[in-house]
Amino acid sequence: MRIGVITFPGTLDDRDAARAVNVGGAEAVALWHADADLKKVDAVILPGGFSYGDYLRCGAISRFAPVMKLVIEAAGKGMPVLGICNGFQVLCESHLLPGALTRNSDLHFLCRDQEIEITNNTTAWTTSFAEGERITIPLKNGEGSFQCDDQTLARLENEGRVIARYVGVNPNGSRNLIAGITNERGNVVGLMPHPEHAIDPLTGPSAQGLGFFTSILNAMVK
Amino acid sequence: MAIIVVDVMLKPEILDPQGNAVASALPRLGFTFANSVRQGKRFEIEIDGEPTPAQLAEVEKAAEVLLSNPVIETYVVRVEK
Repeated sequence: MRIGVITFPGTLDDRDAARAVNVGGAEAVALWHADADLKKVDAVILPGGFSYGDYLRCGAISRFAPVMKLVIEAAGKGMPVLGICNGFQVLCESHLLPGALTRNSDLHFLCRDQEIEITNNTTAWTTSFAEGERITIPLKNGEGSFQCDDQTLARLENEGRVIARYVGVNPNGSRNLIAGITNERGNVVGLMPHPEHAIDPLTGPSAQGLGFFTSILNAMVK
Repeated sequence: MAIIVVDVMLKPEILDPQGNAVASALPRLGFTFANSVRQGKRFEIEIDGEPTPAQLAEVEKAAEVLLSNPVIETYVVRVEK
């Protein structure tokens, strides 16, 4: 199976994401923001970084990249999409996911190993985990505070669409400790911490991030 | 030539850590007047001639889709003389 990894100008984590895809057992396919071509991929990852320099708002300009028009269309038809960090911000700006990511409540850029709890293991990207499983993966962002109105928050909670929560002290002021969410259909997932940096204990705090990249294989086999 | 100004502010219910940081810096400098501070963005858009209603409508549209994120922000469009 082929998983596209999009590179925008300013994307940083496309190589790690592609490596994680390959280690997970799929074939990573490089996609370029300016190409209106998804190269027949079965799923798409929007990696982390600072696309378009985070100008205006994080993800606000990337949303209008030619490749995003196709991603939005394909996501609407059920194609699995995972946005990590900046990718999560792009998905919110694209309105594929509700809410927005705003400046960390303490204003500092955070970079640390963060424990999260998987709270929904039924999405296209989380079936390799047990519900309630705790994993430790890197968290590194300046705008990671998940915000939305009360009504949206109640919907996310009632529909089980919070897929991961921070464990312990709230690192960035996210409402209800939200680290990741999914759409109604469960094919689009946004996650603030970085599973692609935790697929090998040699270079990451654990190999527990790999679960996101093996889950997608399960989703495709079904 | 005219300048169309778009002011973008975070909605009142959205946490504004930058505004809070400014609010707590003011008294440290001896400025004690502020109850609270909210920080926003201002866009100045230069156009030829006086803006027509159609142009202003276009700017409103741009403010909604690009200049602001309606999930967390509000905007006001006005013409600067």
